[in-house]
Amino acid sequence: MAMLKSIPGINSASTTDMAVLKPVSVATPGGASDINFSRFIADLPWWLLPALAAIFMMWPLAAYAQSTYTMADATSALVKWLPFLVFQGFVFNILISITTMALGTFAGVVLGLMQISPNRLISKPAWLITQTFRNSPWLVLLFIVMLAFPFKIEIGGLIIQIPDWIKAVFGLSLPIMANISEVVRGAIASVPSGQWEAAESLAYSRQQTLWRIILPQCFKRMIPPWMNWYAILTMATPLVSLLGVEEIVTLSRQAMAAENGRPELLVPFYGFCLVIFFAYCYPIARGTIALERKYTVKL
Amino acid sequence: MSETEWTPDQPIVSIKDVHKSFGDLEVLKGVSLDVMKGEVICIIGPSGSGKSTLIRCINALNDIQAGSIQVEGQEVNAPGLDKLALRKKVGMVFQQYNLFPHKTALENVMMAPLLVLKEPEDEVEKRARALVKKVRLEGKEDNYPGELSGGQQQRVAIARSLAMNPDVMLFDEVTAALDPETVKEVLVTIKDLAAEGMTCILVTHEMGFAREIADHIYFTDRGVIVEHGPPKTFFKAAKDPRTREFLSQIL
Ligand SMILES: Nc1ncnc2c1ncn2[C@@H]1O[C@H](COP(=O)(O)OP(=O)(O)O)[C@@H](O)[C@H]1O
Ligand SMILES: [Mg+2]
Repeated sequence: MAMLKSIPGINSASTTDMAVLKPVSVATPGGASDINFSRFIADLPWWLLPALAAIFMMWPLAAYAQSTYTMADATSALVKWLPFLVFQGFVFNILISITTMALGTFAGVVLGLMQISPNRLISKPAWLITQTFRNSPWLVLLFIVMLAFPFKIEIGGLIIQIPDWIKAVFGLSLPIMANISEVVRGAIASVPSGQWEAAESLAYSRQQTLWRIILPQCFKRMIPPWMNWYAILTMATPLVSLLGVEEIVTLSRQAMAAENGRPELLVPFYGFCLVIFFAYCYPIARGTIALERKYTVKL
Repeated sequence: MSETEWTPDQPIVSIKDVHKSFGDLEVLKGVSLDVMKGEVICIIGPSGSGKSTLIRCINALNDIQAGSIQVEGQEVNAPGLDKLALRKKVGMVFQQYNLFPHKTALENVMMAPLLVLKEPEDEVEKRARALVKKVRLEGKEDNYPGELSGGQQQRVAIARSLAMNPDVMLFDEVTAALDPETVKEVLVTIKDLAAEGMTCILVTHEMGFAREIADHIYFTDRGVIVEHGPPKTFFKAAKDPRTREFLSQIL
């Protein structure tokens, strides 16, 4: 729990009066725009949630005033399917997002550390991979992984079917990996070069400097952008419905089909998806902003 | 490697005709100087004249393009140089202190001997506490750098460097960022060190201090040593007009 200690200048105000102590960059890794997504979500008022829910439920009344379908019908249809949508659908979205984040973070940290390697044979390819996957459309990456991956693998005599959702996790991990790689690189670059030089002049090896001096100082600064990427990823998980993975949007479509595909249901059902994603990501975004504020170095 | 045995009657740091460029900018244009064991030398000169670059070359923080730098007879510019071995012999203190902000004062002092020299913890702690006392910071062992004044931080930085038991200490304008009140406490610490026989190479703008403590003063301008001598003759009878102009501005 040593990471939670109060360390002046790292996570609380320092008492020193020295202006010269100001580090070169006090911003978050990669600049403040890194967590713009969370900032936007966190700035929305909490009552937007019930307001949106109400609008989506009234929609059938307003849009199809002449129809015989009532709000009560729409509500009861949604209530009937709600446990199915949440526990079969949304929980699966969360499972995908957590697995993807774990994989993407691991790969991203490795790639980020490779990016700062003094060996150009390591840093250049790592940079290229990072830029490529950071700047490619997520859906295209998903399709490529989906098609390029084998449907099953054979280990010994054992044949293992790879479920679609695992492939989707690999696909979504690529942009997450690339963005986490940039978060790591940016955080390391935000530590003043004097720290490297001081350690160097004390005969620390590069590895010792990195793991004992540099990373402990910027670990906390990586948390807000990391959470930001988690929220973005969670919002992006419905993409995998295009690949037939049975997450919330796929299941919503199935539910509506089971209700005879009534058009009055479109807005309430998809509106419900929107609301549940918002409800899940809102606290994460608020937490991101709070941590960001706390960890911004004030010297 | 031309490994000639170094003996203490030879210069501990020997710089010969060193040239150093950053890209097209030639910063050192043939600098030579010798420092004997136990000597204190001060390098003065206008900003941008290459003082920092010169002393950073001594512990291989900067590389050089031509010339030779030897520390205890070992060529710093050699291709297969063991940088870690060199840096164990040469301590350095920076203008911006560069303490590790996530470690307490005592941890800052103890870390390198533990991690780099792999010495036993109880021994290191004993030495570190003695050093903290020596730089007159008893009672501040458990404070983080952010809780210390600039002068206190700089003294921790000196103790941190001394914990590696260096043979030579480099000081790069270590009081330039300090409040006037705290400059003195740092200078006193350095004076103590010099009195104990530590070999010190200082870049400084504190002329009174240089006059008092230095065995030899070097004046640099635009990458060359313009003039040098013991403080008495240097300050009283500077010959070069550039030196005289600099001294008249700063004194
Ligand atoms: N890492 C570097 N890259 C490029 N130029 C540098 C670098 N370090 C120093 N210089 C340049 O070298 C010159 C001498 O700098 P420096 O040794 O810091 O001078 P001083 O310490 O005497 O003020 C300056 O013009 C400075 O801009
Ligand atoms: Mg300088």
